[in-house]
Amino acid sequence: MNFDLTKTEALFLQMIREFSDKEVAPLAAEIDEQERFPLETVEKMKGIGLFGIPIPVQYGGAGGTNLMYTMAVEELSRNCATTGVMLSAHTSLCVAPIYEHGTEEQKMKYLPKLCSGEWLGAFGLTEPNAGTDASAQQTTAVLDGEEWVLNGNKIFITNAGYAHVYIIFAMTDKSLGTKGISAFIVEKDTPGFSFGKKEKKLGIRGSATCELIFENCRIPKSNLLGKLGGGFGVAMKTLDGGRIGIAAQALGIAQGAMDETVKYTKERKQFGKSISAFQNTQFQMADLETKVQAARLLVRSAAFKKDAKVPYSADAAMAKLFAAETAMEVTTKAVQFHGGYGYTREYPVERMMRDAKITEIYEGTSEVQRMVIAGKLFK
Amino acid sequence: MNIVVCIKQVPDTTEIKINPVTGTLIRDGVPSIMNPDDKGGLELALRLKDSFGANVTVITMGPPQADDMLREALAMGADRAILLTDKRFAGADTLATSNALAGALRMLDYDIIITGRQAIDGDTAQVGPEMSEHLGLPHISYVAGLEYDGGKTLRVKKETEEGYMLLETGMPILLTVLASAFKPRYMSVRGIVEAYGREVEIWTADKIDVDESKLGLKGSPTKVFKAFAKGLKQAGEVYEVTPEEAVDLIVSKLKEKYIL
Repeated sequence: MNFDLTKTEALFLQMIREFSDKEVAPLAAEIDEQERFPLETVEKMKGIGLFGIPIPVQYGGAGGTNLMYTMAVEELSRNCATTGVMLSAHTSLCVAPIYEHGTEEQKMKYLPKLCSGEWLGAFGLTEPNAGTDASAQQTTAVLDGEEWVLNGNKIFITNAGYAHVYIIFAMTDKSLGTKGISAFIVEKDTPGFSFGKKEKKLGIRGSATCELIFENCRIPKSNLLGKLGGGFGVAMKTLDGGRIGIAAQALGIAQGAMDETVKYTKERKQFGKSISAFQNTQFQMADLETKVQAARLLVRSAAFKKDAKVPYSADAAMAKLFAAETAMEVTTKAVQFHGGYGYTREYPVERMMRDAKITEIYEGTSEVQRMVIAGKLFK
Repeated sequence: MNIVVCIKQVPDTTEIKINPVTGTLIRDGVPSIMNPDDKGGLELALRLKDSFGANVTVITMGPPQADDMLREALAMGADRAILLTDKRFAGADTLATSNALAGALRMLDYDIIITGRQAIDGDTAQVGPEMSEHLGLPHISYVAGLEYDGGKTLRVKKETEEGYMLLETGMPILLTVLASAFKPRYMSVRGIVEAYGREVEIWTADKIDVDESKLGLKGSPTKVFKAFAKGLKQAGEVYEVTPEEAVDLIVSKLKEKYIL
């Protein structure tokens, strides 16, 4: 067993670290403060080909691995969790299901533009009455001649408004329960598809989070993604992959808070010495560092398994559960180490603590991750 | 158009420390990077490639580890990479280095040769201009800007201590480039994925066109007498006096030290 990165992965890490520090970090506080989607960062990310990292070159991707993709989300999130989730939602929740479940025509139509970043992607599963119980879908899709007609609404949709391509789940046959759910590809600007209110959030405030509204929205029959009635499977498989992305985001947030806290506790002097010299600081930081490293191994192991095309559902759940709870713990303690300064927006740990919380909630709450892990344990 | 960019792998001097006892660099754990001025030079070459379809070759003289830096150059967009590596090149000063590189350049087609202004580990700024002498080419150093319309003439902005000179030149030409003028692009993800599958040509002293006596330690007239860490200066003396008194004071201090 080898824990070293390959030369390719090491070169990628060198690039994405520099990109994150030079291009992403300077905007992080500003887009949080202004609740502004970082379109200028999207342009820079397009330039280096970050929007299709694990997708084969034949579909316009970079031909890289899921491990590289998680490294990208981690490194972006180390400085800015908003930028991290923008890439994660795009790649894991829109590009990946089209690549994994799409027909050849769908792949050729959508993947090149998604991988180049010309189009951003999004995913709509959650509804006002279908959260953790995703099977309780109320959005409907009815076949009318050569078109599907969609009605209903989706909430808390990441990248909404800025994305061009949306993976939407809807009931095609209510009598069949989860087997009556199907997945569709819906493009922005389709008549009958509009955006509702933009959420005001605790964290990841630069991320666009909106409601999607479908009122007699007609899409071509050929935009069914996967099999008729296979939507719930598409959603669950997609979320398995998405969880690795969110785990990487949580890991990045935790690492960012560690870096800030090491720097601050070395500089900050109380009682005549740096607060990093106190054993209380050292022991707590040692524990946190151990958890961050453990989280990284879980994240990379889950990504490695996805690349190896072996089952990784429980691995992804463990990575997300552990990384998210680690991010919450590290950022909360980081604020404590910074004392009063940490509670202000003068220092980034305040933002990091607000950003960390969502990682315990979206793409399956920590409770859902425990259900997935226990499900495998007691099957 | 053919462009050859000479690049060097250097220790990241922002992270380097000096052993106070021996006066030598502590290289352990210090990351190796592409020399910043050279990276600016590569960026200039790649911009010309983007606009006019140039063929960009990168070349370096160094130990086998310099392979990683050449992969970085390929991932940024270079078309061909050559590593000059041979024990016979070892111990080279700037003259022997420029002779080796010039020997390699004689084997290549070029319209423009680009080097960085200077390397952050040696700071001599000599290798580029020396190469142009060996090759009998004109050179423009300290290049801070370049305009080209695809014709036969380059318009080059050269930085001087007083300001800038705007020069026109034909080709072939050797340019030494300032990092600050050409912010390098990032490696592309696809470029990175493909970089280690591409060829880096290994050239030994036998492959290049140069008299072997001009290579390595033998070809290096520079002898290092002593290397030492700069000690801390003592705090200066502060005088609060009128300008007239200051003139007298400075003159008397300079006389005291036999400078005047």
